[in-house]
Amino acid sequence: MLTILDGVSLAIQQGEAVAVVGASGSGKSTLLGLLAGLDLPSSGQVLLDGTDLATLDEDGRAQLRARLLGFVFQSFQLLPSLTALENVMLPLELSGRAGQAREEAQRLLQRVGLASRCGHLPHQLSGGEQQRVAIARAFATGPRLLLADEPTGNLDAHTGERVVELLFSLNAEHGTTLVLVTHDQTLAAHCHRRLELEAGQLVAG
Amino acid sequence: MSAVSPIAFAWRTLRRDLRTGELRALLVALVVAVAAVTAVGFFTDRVKQGMAAQAGELLAADLVVVARHPLAEPLLQQAAGLNLTVTESTTFRSVVMANDQVQLAEVKAVEAGYPLRGRLLIADAPFGAGSPVSGPPAPGSVWVEQQLLQRLRLAVGDSLELGALSVRVAGVVAYEPDRGGDLFSIGPRVMMNRADLAATELIGTGSLVEYRLLLAGANSTLAAFQQAVTPQLGRGERIQTVRDARPELRAALERADRFLGLAALVSVLLAGVAVATAARRYSQRHLDTAAVLRCLGAPQRFVLHSFVLGVVWLAWVGWALGAGVGFAAQALLAQIIGSLFAASLPAPSALPLLHGLVVAMATAAGFGLPPLLRLREVPPLRVLRRDLLPLPPRAVTVYGVAALVLLALMAWQAADLKLTAIVFGGTLAALLLLVVAGRGLVAALTPLRRQVGVAWRFGIGSLARRPGTTVIQLTGFGLGIMVLLLLSLVRSDLLAGWRDSLPPDAPNQFLINLQPEQVDPLAALFKEAGRPAPHLYPMLRGRLVAIDGHPVTPEQFAEGRPRRLAEREFNLSFMAERPHHNRLVAGHWWAPTATEEWSVEEGIAEALGIGMGSTLTFNIAGEERTGRVTSLRAVQWDSFEVNFFVVGPPAQFAGFTPAYITSFHQPATEGTFLAELVRRFPNITLIDVAAIMERVRAVMDRVTWAVQFVFGFTLLAGLTVLYAAIQASQEERQREAALLRTLGARHRQVLAAFAAEFLTLGLLAGLLASVGASGVGWVLAEQVFNLEFGWDPRIWWWGILGGTLGIGAAGLLGSRAVLSHPPLWTLRRY
Repeated sequence: MLTILDGVSLAIQQGEAVAVVGASGSGKSTLLGLLAGLDLPSSGQVLLDGTDLATLDEDGRAQLRARLLGFVFQSFQLLPSLTALENVMLPLELSGRAGQAREEAQRLLQRVGLASRCGHLPHQLSGGEQQRVAIARAFATGPRLLLADEPTGNLDAHTGERVVELLFSLNAEHGTTLVLVTHDQTLAAHCHRRLELEAGQLVAG
Repeated sequence: MSAVSPIAFAWRTLRRDLRTGELRALLVALVVAVAAVTAVGFFTDRVKQGMAAQAGELLAADLVVVARHPLAEPLLQQAAGLNLTVTESTTFRSVVMANDQVQLAEVKAVEAGYPLRGRLLIADAPFGAGSPVSGPPAPGSVWVEQQLLQRLRLAVGDSLELGALSVRVAGVVAYEPDRGGDLFSIGPRVMMNRADLAATELIGTGSLVEYRLLLAGANSTLAAFQQAVTPQLGRGERIQTVRDARPELRAALERADRFLGLAALVSVLLAGVAVATAARRYSQRHLDTAAVLRCLGAPQRFVLHSFVLGVVWLAWVGWALGAGVGFAAQALLAQIIGSLFAASLPAPSALPLLHGLVVAMATAAGFGLPPLLRLREVPPLRVLRRDLLPLPPRAVTVYGVAALVLLALMAWQAADLKLTAIVFGGTLAALLLLVVAGRGLVAALTPLRRQVGVAWRFGIGSLARRPGTTVIQLTGFGLGIMVLLLLSLVRSDLLAGWRDSLPPDAPNQFLINLQPEQVDPLAALFKEAGRPAPHLYPMLRGRLVAIDGHPVTPEQFAEGRPRRLAEREFNLSFMAERPHHNRLVAGHWWAPTATEEWSVEEGIAEALGIGMGSTLTFNIAGEERTGRVTSLRAVQWDSFEVNFFVVGPPAQFAGFTPAYITSFHQPATEGTFLAELVRRFPNITLIDVAAIMERVRAVMDRVTWAVQFVFGFTLLAGLTVLYAAIQASQEERQREAALLRTLGARHRQVLAAFAAEFLTLGLLAGLLASVGASGVGWVLAEQVFNLEFGWDPRIWWWGILGGTLGIGAAGLLGSRAVLSHPPLWTLRRY
């Protein structure tokens, strides 16, 4: 058995912005997956909003995600067959708020500066635009915790900067807690706190 | 989470997926599948009805109720109530007298309306062409066959005694549509008016009379009548359709039916192949969607339900489109060939629509769902780590479900269990062969890569790098090609069989009752006329009295054909050599010195429960002869050659004096030869089957056309399916090709890489398909179609060349997008 994370103990407070940094393979993504309840630790405990994730089954964790979490991924993960608007509407529809989904999604897309690209499919958008749609999608349900996995990893420096600005200003507006995994030291510097992982162990925080 | 309904969500997702072309491959496969099944279904349905109508001419009706006693009044009222056209006829044997001579004749009393189908031709003099008439001869007059005039030395206009009635001969029967029956045991025809029947005083209790109710009308009405009447039929009553009436047509029609059934089977198999290939791609594309949905908090059940419902919605859409295409295609086809049938083709029934719906649902669910069930297990972590895949499902579950669905569909479509079992078994065997060969190919290609150029290395490398896809593609292509080859193989065997059985110089005259001392003079007459002497067969009549030492009674056999066969006398013959037009299906032909042996026709052997080694005893003119069955023969009844159910070696018949029988071809232009024949051998009976043969030939021509058209249509559907299967796997290749081009490969090199991949796949698929088609074709020919199987080398050429070039060309054609778009477009799209 391979030990990926070892002796990682940390607490993140409401409203905090935390950067997780470290070399490739240091266990950053695994930590993020555990925080989101996408996987369970082989030993140890993850508490999300006071709930021990290990006490929930897959669907229970999914419900918790739907209620509390927003995601931004390095590779955007927009559904290729949905337009920008429909991608943002999706989490609202899934959580049973289909009635206000269109209006809310339009508002968010306007907020990220893509009001004119609502009807475009992901492959018709640039990388920066796709990530802005993904950010709009992440905020659609008003999550309390936003998890971002290398949000600028696939973008050039300039576009990355604009996406980061957007991410942080939305974060401030919504009072969301933010955990982001990154290589990017500038991005990490935007955060209140920096956690550094090295070979699965927390070396600074 | 439960607030959003998976049904609505699935429908919304489907609409969005359809709009962006995400589902194009799967939808095209479904549409083609449904279109093929419904079009073949609609069309074969109509052609079958059309064939039956055409064949009805040989029954003088669409349907006949035959009874040994006058037909009951309720039956007649039932027919009248259904608005069917009816007419009755009565037949019996009786002696007729004239000029102090007596002759046994087959008397038939008909009434107005006869014949309901086909035409009755009456001539003014013997050997005349005749002109069509309708209805019975006038009361007090009869029409007779020329043999009767010859035997009784009568001319048209003379009188003869029919029981207590004296009637005038008003014409000669040139062609009677429903003459048929046992050609060799009948006297010449006397056709009279049914109104005169009572006056003859010939019909009393105990006389052997056949009462026939002829019916004609719409197919559905006839079917309703048949269904209502069948359970009411009493002893000695039965329903006769053209298949029972004419063995030579029964064989042809049944084979055509089976061929159409095979075409339907093939369309279902093709549908399965297309949907299976496309669904796999579809589910792979949905892995990410499932992971994202789970990340966004959708429960497993929701993901599963929405994908399952998505497939169901898709099946509905595919059915609606496919049924529309199918209906249009068969309507067009019917327009083209409708004119070939005497009457217009009957309207199609709605049943193929239901078939299409079941095919859409079952193939979409059977092939589409098993891979989708994997989606439930997609770990949401996949969105962070791309290398995570769900565990593959157990192959047995996936393919077991799909195979069962296909089997059920095939059995339903073909309505022929034996045919279905053979085709399905053969397909399974071929599937196994293809999977093993696919694995072998992947293994064999690895060392080959080092020895070829860059394009081939890339092409072959693609095959080796994706062993799963390679095996599935090879299997899909191989099965597709195999069923098409199989269909064409059976088709050409079928057509060749019909052509051979009725060549232009097929015998059209039967000559019976020739005495032994007349054998040489007859040969001399043929020589005089410059004709080859026909082969004469000795014939004796005998009754089957015991099987394996147990006495035979008709009651021990099932109602219908077996009992009728057991009741009547057999025409027996003896010969030292096997007749060239008979094929042995079991046992061996006897040695020249053999004594107590029989060779039995396989059909009658099955009907009467006779097997190899059974002991049969016949009573011939009061003497019993026993022998063991040492061979079974397949007889082509549609060949119009002289054939016997049971033959024995010459020694078996020592001491009997046989009569002789032969058949020969009489060209239509030489009328005097027959007259001379009858003049020199007044005792013989000459039966002219030229008119019957013409009708048989006309029906077979129509059936041949139908078979050709259905074949062409299925072929077209098959090619579309193969193209769709290539399309379904195109994306991955396109991305790789775009990468290649980004790395500086030229168009030609990319094309060569594709060509290498598709040509290799096509070659192997074609080769294995040829093996499979030949094997299954052989079993089908032997077991289902009763045809002599010829190893046709062209199948191999078609399979290998067609597979290689066809798949190669279609693959390259499908890859145009890579070359017509900049690489960046492809890279960003996929």
